[in-house]
Amino acid sequence: MLTIDNLHVRVAGKDILKGLTLSVKAGETHAVMGPNGAGKSTLGYVLAGRDGYEVIAGTVTYDGIDLLALAPEERAAAGVFMAFQYPVEIPGVNNTYFLRAALNAQRKRRGEQELDSMQFLQLVRERLKVMQLSPDLLNRAVNEGFSGGEKKRNEIFQMAVLEPRLAVLDETDSGLDIDALKQVADGVNALRAADRAFIVVTHYQRLLDYIVPDFVHVLADGRIVESGDRTLALKLEEHGYAWVAGRQPAASAA
Amino acid sequence: MSNAFALAVGKTADAALPRLPGAGVAWLGAARHAHLAAFLRDGLPSARGEAWKYTSLRALEQRVFALGDADAATRTVEAQMLALPGVDGPRLVFVNGAFRADLSCIDDLPEGLELQPLARVLARDAESLRATFAATATDAFDRLNAALAGDGVVLRVAAGARIAVPVQLAYFGAPAAGDLAWHDRAVIELGDGAELTLVEQHGDAGPHAHLGTLVSDIRLQRGARLHWDVLQEAGPGATLIRRSAFRLAADAAVTLHALELGGALTRHAITAELEGARARFVTRGVFAPGGRQHLETRLDIRHLARDTASDALWRGVADGRGRGVLHGAITIEAGADGAAAQLGNKNLLLSEQAEIDTQPVLEIHADEVKASHGATVGQLDERALFYLRSRGLPLEQARALLTSAFCRAALDRLDPVPLREHFAVRLARHLPRLAGDSEA
Repeated sequence: MLTIDNLHVRVAGKDILKGLTLSVKAGETHAVMGPNGAGKSTLGYVLAGRDGYEVIAGTVTYDGIDLLALAPEERAAAGVFMAFQYPVEIPGVNNTYFLRAALNAQRKRRGEQELDSMQFLQLVRERLKVMQLSPDLLNRAVNEGFSGGEKKRNEIFQMAVLEPRLAVLDETDSGLDIDALKQVADGVNALRAADRAFIVVTHYQRLLDYIVPDFVHVLADGRIVESGDRTLALKLEEHGYAWVAGRQPAASAA
Repeated sequence: MSNAFALAVGKTADAALPRLPGAGVAWLGAARHAHLAAFLRDGLPSARGEAWKYTSLRALEQRVFALGDADAATRTVEAQMLALPGVDGPRLVFVNGAFRADLSCIDDLPEGLELQPLARVLARDAESLRATFAATATDAFDRLNAALAGDGVVLRVAAGARIAVPVQLAYFGAPAAGDLAWHDRAVIELGDGAELTLVEQHGDAGPHAHLGTLVSDIRLQRGARLHWDVLQEAGPGATLIRRSAFRLAADAAVTLHALELGGALTRHAITAELEGARARFVTRGVFAPGGRQHLETRLDIRHLARDTASDALWRGVADGRGRGVLHGAITIEAGADGAAAQLGNKNLLLSEQAEIDTQPVLEIHADEVKASHGATVGQLDERALFYLRSRGLPLEQARALLTSAFCRAALDRLDPVPLREHFAVRLARHLPRLAGDSEA
């Protein structure tokens, strides 16, 4: 589904990703772990298409097409979704209105029928089973005055409504207490499916106790320096990222 | 004065004055001549003066306008252009400045409401309008208007009358053989405890590049309440210069909402004298110049009595080579102790060539007052834009959504609600077209 090959990305004149290679198949969940500054958030942003992330080498192929050539809204319509580490507050824009406009814009681009307000309401009601969100939050301005946990739940709720095929969760666990973390993880797990892939970007292995990945990759200094199954996350937990840093020269030499 | 504009005014005025309604009334004739002489002496203001610092009239000085439209009665204005949701009551309609009985609705007026075209009142009872015409006019356009106003509105609400239906005042520009100048005047009086909702509409009935001036004199007696909603959608070639001058007695309250979208060059000066204790003046509005539009709004709010309050909340959005100006002056005079004044103006620039000048001026000569003002000019939040796009909204839709949201606070208390929604719809339709000639 997704093939990232030798990706080099520069942000504000600084090289952040330095030859990242990663392959993700439908139905798989990949965890990408790494210390602060390794390039974790850059990976999410470059996949979602944010301005200012300059790709200087490498390719990203999604379903056989060049993902990097698409505008952010085209990527969304193609099924790419990023759950933000810091969801943006948008005063004056109603949460439900925004979500319906977004879904219909995607559907329109895909040549599908847009949903009327009744159909959309029904969809929302159904998706609330995946991720509980109070009617108050649904009707407030997007993320405005939401607690940290509410913002993250809103991201997962949006994902449940938009039904992407590739979801990138950017440090969705950051700032969450254990109850909120479980709720968010339950929401994600409910959405796992044979035709959907996840890239779970995280600093801590704690999240992976609840969203169990098929593969774990360690990102350090802009490259994947180690890949394995979920036991790799446990190893990291035990030894810390310093252990990875020690591995890095070997990886670059390879 | 030697510019083309003033020369043309001087040349046409002598023929025009004897034909204006009320021409036979001695004091009125004298007042008109005095206003005209003052205009011809000083001409149009230059950008060197503080009052016209941000709005240049140099292009206007070179233009020539015929006075009034002899064929105004036959110009076409579609009925649907006049239709406003939630507004279906008494209505006066002016086309190229002239009253149009066929489009207006002044039969079966509610108890306590007097509503007539100004020309009719000038012909029958000019004396009742002496105050507005005989007053000293200090601004060039005020003088021009006082000298040459041939029509307009006389609206009076009797003491204690609460008019349940909104009253609509519509001013439309329509195509004519050449460029016209029209001058209308509105005299509006609310008696003690009277209540009224007024909707002022400026619309476009086809291509033209007319100059219109409108001076509204509004007087509220004790405890009167006025809601004033302005939808300015003048034609893209129009020049529209307006002054709305309010005087409020004790406990009177005005809430004004304005949406300034149309015109090539427009200026709306809003002056308020809070003369009586506890008078309250609220203005909210949005101005959104795009293309090469120049839209100015001026507030001059004077607190003259104890415990008076004013609250101004404005949003500006400029795209293309559009230019917006908001001048907000609040003066709290000696003796107006306990006054509270607030002025907020946030602005959004959507293109590199767009410009907004915001100038809050606060002058305080009293004690124990609460006064604050703030003004900002910024751009759309790139993070918010990316967030919306990452969910699938196309760039243009995301920009329009954020821009509408930015403006919302200025219009979200407008009454009646159907009209509020209409304002939001008109603004939303205007925004994507804003960029206009940015490449020109």
